[in-house]
Amino acid sequence: MAPWLVGYVALTLVPVLLSLYYSFTTYDVISPEKWVGLGNFVEAFTKDDQFWPSLAKTAYYAGVTVPLGVVGSLLLAVLLNVKVRGTSIFRTLFFMPSLVPVVAATVLWFWLLQPDWGPINRLLYQTTGITPPRWFQDPSWTIPALISLALWSSVGGTRMIIFLAGLQGVSEELYDAAKVDGAGSWARFRHVTLPMITPTIFFNLVLGIIGALQVFTPALVATEGGPAYATWFYALHIYKNAFGFFNMGYASALAWLFAVLIITLTWVQMRLARTWVYYAAENE
Amino acid sequence: MDATIALDRTTSRGKAAERWRTLVLALTYAGLSALGLLFCFPFFWTISSSLKTGPETHFVPPTVLPAVPQWANYVRIWSAQPVATWLTNSAFVVVATVPGAIITATLVAYAFARFDYPGRDFFFMLMLSTLMLPYEVTLIPQYIIYQKYFGWINTYWPLIIPSWAGGGAFTIFLLRQFLMTIPRDLDDAARVDGASSWTILWRILIPLCRPALATVAILEFLRQWNDFLGPFVYLNTPELFTMALGLRFFQTLPESTQEPKTHLLMTATILMALPAILLFFSFQRYFVRGIVMSGLKG
Repeated sequence: MAPWLVGYVALTLVPVLLSLYYSFTTYDVISPEKWVGLGNFVEAFTKDDQFWPSLAKTAYYAGVTVPLGVVGSLLLAVLLNVKVRGTSIFRTLFFMPSLVPVVAATVLWFWLLQPDWGPINRLLYQTTGITPPRWFQDPSWTIPALISLALWSSVGGTRMIIFLAGLQGVSEELYDAAKVDGAGSWARFRHVTLPMITPTIFFNLVLGIIGALQVFTPALVATEGGPAYATWFYALHIYKNAFGFFNMGYASALAWLFAVLIITLTWVQMRLARTWVYYAAENE
Repeated sequence: MDATIALDRTTSRGKAAERWRTLVLALTYAGLSALGLLFCFPFFWTISSSLKTGPETHFVPPTVLPAVPQWANYVRIWSAQPVATWLTNSAFVVVATVPGAIITATLVAYAFARFDYPGRDFFFMLMLSTLMLPYEVTLIPQYIIYQKYFGWINTYWPLIIPSWAGGGAFTIFLLRQFLMTIPRDLDDAARVDGASSWTILWRILIPLCRPALATVAILEFLRQWNDFLGPFVYLNTPELFTMALGLRFFQTLPESTQEPKTHLLMTATILMALPAILLFFSFQRYFVRGIVMSGLKG
């Protein structure tokens, strides 16, 4: 315990408190910091013209990626949970993309979606005849491109394995009882499987949202937030302010606003969970 | 008479059920295969592109396979870019961090799972709540501290030190959950025989935790090997770059019109992904068990 407490205090608590302090200052790393009170927060809400847009883009990205990702992982897990031969091969196939390092996956996606000589656009053109989107070159298609990348690399990953574990934990007796009562396979899924795995769904949803809101690396590697600020997500906004312009005080204020947002969202979800998450153990 | 009708009915129902089951099976396989192909295509395209010549990667329409597989690309990449240096640097960071994360996280998880002391649950909740903190909250002040007081910018220290201070909250959580599934009677029996807390951890719990430890080791390896932001913030000179930084550096190099670099870029991409994939497959057995048994399903 002791070594960790020391480490935890030194590496988490101290920085967290320092960050809170810096958020009330302006600090450029070279000259000493200057206290500005709530100035940074006022600037974020009223003067920073990338603040609200970057939040909106982050919400768009997370709002599409998380529901699709969680439902996708659940569907894959349900398919893999059918007791047939060869599922381990498919499980491996679905899991592989999540092993590809983010930077490598982004470089590869950039290439797959290359508008002129990439295979995806060629395929789209040949099958539909319409002019395919220019993906990373078109501001309105860059976020969809990043969403497709996120889905490819996360749908079959750890989240799917956690769902599989959840599905396998549903007791056979419940299914047998439902069968005796005449429930078909859809009814069994809807009224036995789904309620029993709501804790797993909740767990994946909460972690998924926390992760998706912090999206950074793919946007930076693919287009550095561009074109025309199209993927200037909130995490990029913090990064650029801190390490691009060395506005450490302002960036700390942005980071704290972000922390408050994420903690509030998680808290709201935990409150909502009471209405839809079913914990079997509590009701025994 | 009645009996035959009844028999008929059961067999026809049996047949229908049989047919239904075959249909479900066929649909499952069809769905799995279609999705499998979809998931595989990016891998196929990367490998195929890595074996093309430079100009071949820019053909319109694109060719599915290279006319002549350019295996030499896998030799040329080493001299085209300092890939060997980058891979070695990545390997160094992994070797310097993963053991630290495993050792310290095990100790902390042990303290959370097996000892009663005031404030334990509070600290546990505090640790879990750090999972919600966006990394920028700690990254910025850490950078300032490392820069101002230690002069550690452009060194590996800022990447290594955090791993020796408990690793990540998630790692601790996973190990703690796993330890909770091991009956305390084992500890008590050993204690009666005079074993100390260290002996219990070392001789009894750690051997039983092997699947969870392997899971943690894999997750930590992947996290370090794939990490971009940390090296990106702290490392400036290409000689110190990890592979993640190097790959992005290579990608942003301006492309000359005569000689596209996409084929080599794909080769480098494969070189970066390969260690992660290979390592995972050698420990896959433990990984799935580690997640299932730690009850990580909410």
